[in-house]
Amino acid sequence: MSEHSLRIADRELSSRLILGTGGFANHELLAHACRAAEAELCTVALRRLDPAARGSILDVLDEVGVSVLPNTAGCYTARDAVTTAQLAREAFETDWIKLEVIGDDRTLLPDAVELVAAAEELVDDGFTVLPYTTDDPVLARRLEDVGCAAVMPLGSPIGSGMGICNPYNLSIIIERAGVPVILDAGVGTASDAALAMELGCDAVLCASAISRAHDPAAMAHAVRLGVQAGRLAHGAGRIPRRRYAQASTPQEGVPAFDAQGVSQ
Amino acid sequence: MNVTVNGEPREIGDGATVASVVEMLDVAPGARGVAVAVDGEVVSRGRWAQTELSEGSMLEVVAAIGGG
Repeated sequence: MSEHSLRIADRELSSRLILGTGGFANHELLAHACRAAEAELCTVALRRLDPAARGSILDVLDEVGVSVLPNTAGCYTARDAVTTAQLAREAFETDWIKLEVIGDDRTLLPDAVELVAAAEELVDDGFTVLPYTTDDPVLARRLEDVGCAAVMPLGSPIGSGMGICNPYNLSIIIERAGVPVILDAGVGTASDAALAMELGCDAVLCASAISRAHDPAAMAHAVRLGVQAGRLAHGAGRIPRRRYAQASTPQEGVPAFDAQGVSQ
Repeated sequence: MNVTVNGEPREIGDGATVASVVEMLDVAPGARGVAVAVDGEVVSRGRWAQTELSEGSMLEVVAAIGGG
């Protein structure tokens, strides 16, 4: 495996940016953004069939050459999420599922109790489960304990563009996780994705920041570079923060221009 | 008999199957990204033609859309 690739369950991915496909004005903008993001995985959702809908998003994603990661967006109970995951397995012929179980329609924050219950049931049913979770390190560990293949903590609420509100919690999750950590939700622009990767996330999922940007393809490109820059910086090792300055130019050999500088 | 399809009441003939309802919705037989649940249980595509519906069956017919 290349040191640059990401391994989730039995799969190796060379891109560390997962693109969410929600919120694009049309399929053409989605295709452009997908190419600019150089994503290998794109999330998709299931909704009641609309007989008037023209063209399937799957054809668009196929043409671009990306794989789908179905989600359970819109589910409020473990039971609904499990049924939706089973529908997704049927519809998309994959046992990978981005598990979302929401507890509140204004914050769209995960319902921890229902989330763990659904994750456990889906793992038992043979799914590769990637749960959208809060930035709570204990909940992340619980999800890992029941067999999730990755954890996907939020940086801030879905679509808020608030970035990473609690980098300390996210760092604790990263330090302690034995599975890949993918930042999900909250990215507003490229620097948020870079910060996630600098903190040590294995990948970033980005939807609204790209799909609702004025120029989605340009933002996809920017977020991709942010992910790459953050990953490189993480590997390079940042200097410690300090409260006082530390000169980068040597102090020795500074020329003196009055008598005080004469050697005795 | 009366069934509910995606929240809407529908009248269908006796002996109608999941396949006939899917066809009623203008879904091409090989359409991708479509799945069906009847009364909360997923019916795999291979069983659409043999799965008969009964009075009051609740069908959810879903398809792929963009989503984060």
